[in-house]
Amino acid sequence: MAARPETERSAGRSDFSTISGHPIEPLYTAADAPADPDAEIGRPGEFPFTRGPYESMYRGRLWTMRQFAGFGTVEETNERFHYLLDHGQTGLSVAFDMPTLMGYDSDHPRSLGEVGREGVAVDSLDDMEQLFAGIPLGGVSTSMTVNAPAAILLAFYVLVGERQGVPAERLGGTIQTDILKEYIAQKEWCFPIEPAMRLVTDMVEWCSRQMPRWHPISISGYHIREAGSTAQQELAFTLKDGFTYVERALERGLDVDAFAPRLSFFFNAHVDFFEEIAKYRAARRIWAREMRDTYGAKREESMRLRFHAQTAGVSLTAQQPLNNVVRTSLEALAAVLGGTQSLHTNSFDEALALPTEEAARLALRTQQIIAFESGVANTPDPLGGSWFVEKLTDEMEAAAYDYFARIDEMGGMIEAIRRDFPQREIADAAFAYQRELDERKRIVVGVNDFVQEGEAETPILRIDPALEGKQVERLRATRGERDGAAVEAALAELKRAAAGEANLMPPIIEAARALATEGEMISAMQEVFGTYTESPVF
Amino acid sequence: MEAATARKIRVVVAKPGLDGHDRGAKIIARALRDAGMEVIYTGLHQTPEQIAETVIQEDADAIGLSILSGAHMTLVPRVVELLREQGVDDVLVTVGGTIPAEDIPELERLGVAGVFTPGSPTDEIVDFIRAGAAKRHENDA
Repeated sequence: MAARPETERSAGRSDFSTISGHPIEPLYTAADAPADPDAEIGRPGEFPFTRGPYESMYRGRLWTMRQFAGFGTVEETNERFHYLLDHGQTGLSVAFDMPTLMGYDSDHPRSLGEVGREGVAVDSLDDMEQLFAGIPLGGVSTSMTVNAPAAILLAFYVLVGERQGVPAERLGGTIQTDILKEYIAQKEWCFPIEPAMRLVTDMVEWCSRQMPRWHPISISGYHIREAGSTAQQELAFTLKDGFTYVERALERGLDVDAFAPRLSFFFNAHVDFFEEIAKYRAARRIWAREMRDTYGAKREESMRLRFHAQTAGVSLTAQQPLNNVVRTSLEALAAVLGGTQSLHTNSFDEALALPTEEAARLALRTQQIIAFESGVANTPDPLGGSWFVEKLTDEMEAAAYDYFARIDEMGGMIEAIRRDFPQREIADAAFAYQRELDERKRIVVGVNDFVQEGEAETPILRIDPALEGKQVERLRATRGERDGAAVEAALAELKRAAAGEANLMPPIIEAARALATEGEMISAMQEVFGTYTESPVF
Repeated sequence: MEAATARKIRVVVAKPGLDGHDRGAKIIARALRDAGMEVIYTGLHQTPEQIAETVIQEDADAIGLSILSGAHMTLVPRVVELLREQGVDDVLVTVGGTIPAEDIPELERLGVAGVFTPGSPTDEIVDFIRAGAAKRHENDA
């Protein structure tokens, strides 16, 4: 079957299911409404928070427009940050490069060709200070997307605050730290699962005492979805990861109401509009119920799920890239109608490379148009009470509980990961979806239908390969100027702490202060913890 | 000739570099396996040296390198060079991922037979590898 030309109209369809394969009925009526709407839907800002975490939602405060940025050296990313803040962005979001995410210094042989490519390279406290030069940390909220080495990057950030005279308790922001989804989907790890979980719990514990305004984990479904999961899998695995962190913190003896209010979530905003909205609403309801009934939370803040959303990178196409502006708008609208607290909109050129400045600006403008022109932010949960949306929310919730039961049967999420259960579910879903595209059972405009020959080339952002050398030079300068004996002593102390049971944050901060590099700290801990290798399933 | 046709096509699917985006690699690995090929998937975070060694050890007919990190112009030439250094010049080299159009001619000049960017139909990739590997089998015979 040949792809239709772009002008031909689509004929009648016979298959009606969401992008996740969830069937959609011909019509939804009052018979689909929940039996007890007050208990299941309720009011915004009230348990079970189906309609939103806050009473007035965007009337009280718009979502934070938080565009993820980072490339090349710290100087360039710092310039992009200033640019975004000058154009009305309200929060910063740092993308680190692959070596930083994997715990390698820029001069490590495995970093070759990757320094500054997919994010900014940060090797030491010196780099972090340059990254935030001219940006008073007391006045911004910063999100850092880093997981396995999160504790180290947080230590750098805390010390930059200290150098600026801003104490840790005044720093606001989020660090991703969600290591479970790394083993499940994103695959950037440094240690085996158990010591990695210890490090996460150390951070949560430390932040609950020292950084009351900080969110130490952003429990993330985004990458699970990008790896090919369905919406139902994204919801189930993400919430289950969240419960696992809660259980670890409780085992540590922390009071649930002391740390749970600082947990936040990060979901994908995919292109199947209503399914996504139902996913966010179901997530809030499940989290609220489980936090209260299973984990004994008393404070409403502990039950209130708040999340960041990012439009789906996987939905972007390299073909006819301007079409991506439309996809991103729909996805962003779903996130807003689903009650997100902050949002990143992808740039239309991101299936090709990192975004150009123009493309990144258009992505931010997309959010501003939704916020200030469309009127959708005028009332909380405008879709609440829709028979279709409420039914879909219920079904989404039921699908999540099915997965919870299967995971519990295996002995919990960590054991399920060891058995490759979520990995296999995601790989199967990704493969099934690709088959649907190949067989044209599902249409992606411009890719397997409505194709266009002879497309003009889109200008893309090129990362200068010379930047790698520049970053390696910076790193060598830092190594040359620091007190070598102090670094050795701090790393030895970190190793001792890793071998014991004390909280690892203080020795990490001291090593960071002595200008030990990220790679050196990771290596020191790996000597005690070991490394991780997966047996891939496909 | 008979032995050559009976032998299954052997393909190494590899993830060089540090990025963990293995969705595409796994889909291709599975599609090639479903098409009757012998697939060796290296897993993530492989160095060019590890990949070249796997190709040689497995006596692969073809290799599919999946890269979404932007490091393709560093990593792909290195894999090709390592294979040549060890006298392997008849393996069909393919690359998949976010490869800008303007980099494709240079990759082809280095000896990459096919570059598949996002949106490429799976069957097209399977057919390409089957055709290329068949040629290698003929030469062997």
